[in-house]
Amino acid sequence: MKLNSTFAIVAGLAVASQVTAGDITGTVTLNGTPPAEKAIAPLKDDVTCGRFYPEMPMTHFYSVGPNKELADVIVMLKGVPAKAADASTAPVILDQKHCLYSPQILAVQTGQKLLVRNSDAAPVAMHNVHINPTVDANKDANADKLNAAQMAGAPDLTYTFPAAENFEKFQCDVHSWMFAWVTIVDNPYFAITDKDGKFTIKNVPAGKYTVSALHRKAAPKGVDKDVEVTADGGKVDFTLEVK
Amino acid sequence: MKSARPNPWLNRFALLTALATLGLIGLGGLVTSKEAGMSVPDWPTSYGYNMFALPFKFWSGGVFYEHTHRLWASTVGLLVVVLVRWLGGGAARRPLLIVGAAEILAGIGIFVFFPGLKATGHFLTGIGGVVFLAGLVWVKSEAASRTLVKLGWAAFWLVQFQGLLGGLRVVLFRDQIGILHAALAQIFFVLTGVIALFTSRWWRERENFSPTPEIPRSLRRHLHFTTGLIFIQLLLGATMRHQHAGLAIRDFPLAYGKLWPATDPAALATYNQARLEITNVNPITAFQIQLQMVHRLAALLILAAVGFCAWQARRTASLRLLTLGWLGLILGQVALGAATVLTDKAADLATAHVLVGALSLATGAMLCIISARQPGKSARATGIVPAGELNSRDQISFAARTSAP
Repeated sequence: MKLNSTFAIVAGLAVASQVTAGDITGTVTLNGTPPAEKAIAPLKDDVTCGRFYPEMPMTHFYSVGPNKELADVIVMLKGVPAKAADASTAPVILDQKHCLYSPQILAVQTGQKLLVRNSDAAPVAMHNVHINPTVDANKDANADKLNAAQMAGAPDLTYTFPAAENFEKFQCDVHSWMFAWVTIVDNPYFAITDKDGKFTIKNVPAGKYTVSALHRKAAPKGVDKDVEVTADGGKVDFTLEVK
Repeated sequence: MKSARPNPWLNRFALLTALATLGLIGLGGLVTSKEAGMSVPDWPTSYGYNMFALPFKFWSGGVFYEHTHRLWASTVGLLVVVLVRWLGGGAARRPLLIVGAAEILAGIGIFVFFPGLKATGHFLTGIGGVVFLAGLVWVKSEAASRTLVKLGWAAFWLVQFQGLLGGLRVVLFRDQIGILHAALAQIFFVLTGVIALFTSRWWRERENFSPTPEIPRSLRRHLHFTTGLIFIQLLLGATMRHQHAGLAIRDFPLAYGKLWPATDPAALATYNQARLEITNVNPITAFQIQLQMVHRLAALLILAAVGFCAWQARRTASLRLLTLGWLGLILGQVALGAATVLTDKAADLATAHVLVGALSLATGAMLCIISARQPGKSARATGIVPAGELNSRDQISFAARTSAP
């Protein structure tokens, strides 16, 4: 009887939290003029990879829209209880295509699988996936593949990270212009802004939170704002500065 | 230093080894300039293949530089094994056989008992095999002087240690090992240069010379100080290169528009925000900026010190040209350093900067050695001062002494 009542309370709370959860939405804009993007000349000049690029490939650190909307900003909740992804969480894919990482900025939850794929075929013989964890737990968890060869057509490499870390660098030393930045978040509440600078963090339980926006260049350590989430959700906008 | 009969072929071989070492340093410089040091993830195998059998389809991008560096290093190792056998004569056979066998056994032992270190086991077994084979070479030859034999063995151990360090840097992910590897490469180049010098006919003619008051003690002291300073400068350079952060300061002669740039967190955030990397370099830190500033100041100090040495040596015939050449190297090195910054670390210029740095250190080391072996009392007493070696002051002093009753 006692067990049944406990179960009923927990189930009730769970239902209540679902009912009172909402999405946090917002837009990130960039104030100021970012430095001009650079030509990736080594890629264009490379004998095997250069053939994919009839035009000079450019960097895209600042993907800014016509109204200064900023893409590739990671927006996450801070100070919420840590929770690793379970086995049902869909993996995130980091692709190596035409000798570039795609996407260059991404985020995963602790425990969530990150699949590194090599979509390049011959004559690009291989890439080496060289990761640079700065947190020991993430280094230890992937000690056997800190620098792994991945031939054309080879299976995906699978990584999981147990600890939060901002902007862990993935790089290819065969092609020194190839790098991506992976942010590992220790809760499920995060999103990345799209080309319109918009983001949605889904199913956040009602309450008051601190939201942080991180951009590889404009805010590598993050800019924080407070937001209250109700049944209608919450809204918070960020303006990052070019110094 | 007494030696056996002169052997011009031994000298040529020693010179070849020194030049091959310089080429190896250049290739190593290219590897770091291209950020290609980790492009072959395994060692001593390459992408799972025997290093000497890596298919050409893999030799692309950074692999080309890193793999060529490994093969060239193996060649230098082989040259040194031959050199030590040649310098040591028949007497070198037994120690080579013993060392080779010991390394083979140690390699197998590591394989069996320490599976985690199997790369080192592979390396030791391979090297041991080559050394053992060198010990089996039957050719009779006379040993060189004891000093040369010792120098040969020093090169023998150093080149093996260097190979091990290069491999461990890859498998252990330690930039500190890379810095040590770069520093020892400079010492190894000097060592091979000294062997080439000591086996030369030119040096043999000076074997009986001894230090004299004609070479001011202060000049010898300055030569030693300046050479030491250059070595420290090369260490600073190696530390900068192995940060894998590209250029910490991108303007010259000022630094971020100032004589001494700000390195507080706000300034660093601004520098990194404006810096759009096209290669996989790390964000810059205050340490890296300060390191480059110290490197710049040390360059000025070295330029002044070498200039002073050249001025001091202006009346010493045998040192005058070499010190002027040294000054030329340093001037070229300063220009290359500036060009490296102004071209955003163009790989060819950065590599040339490494090469001229190595040549500057080796020149300083040669000057230190040569200045300790100038025509002295013993040379004058035996009358074997080579023609043209004496400057006017020497000649007056020499004439006065030899004409005295």
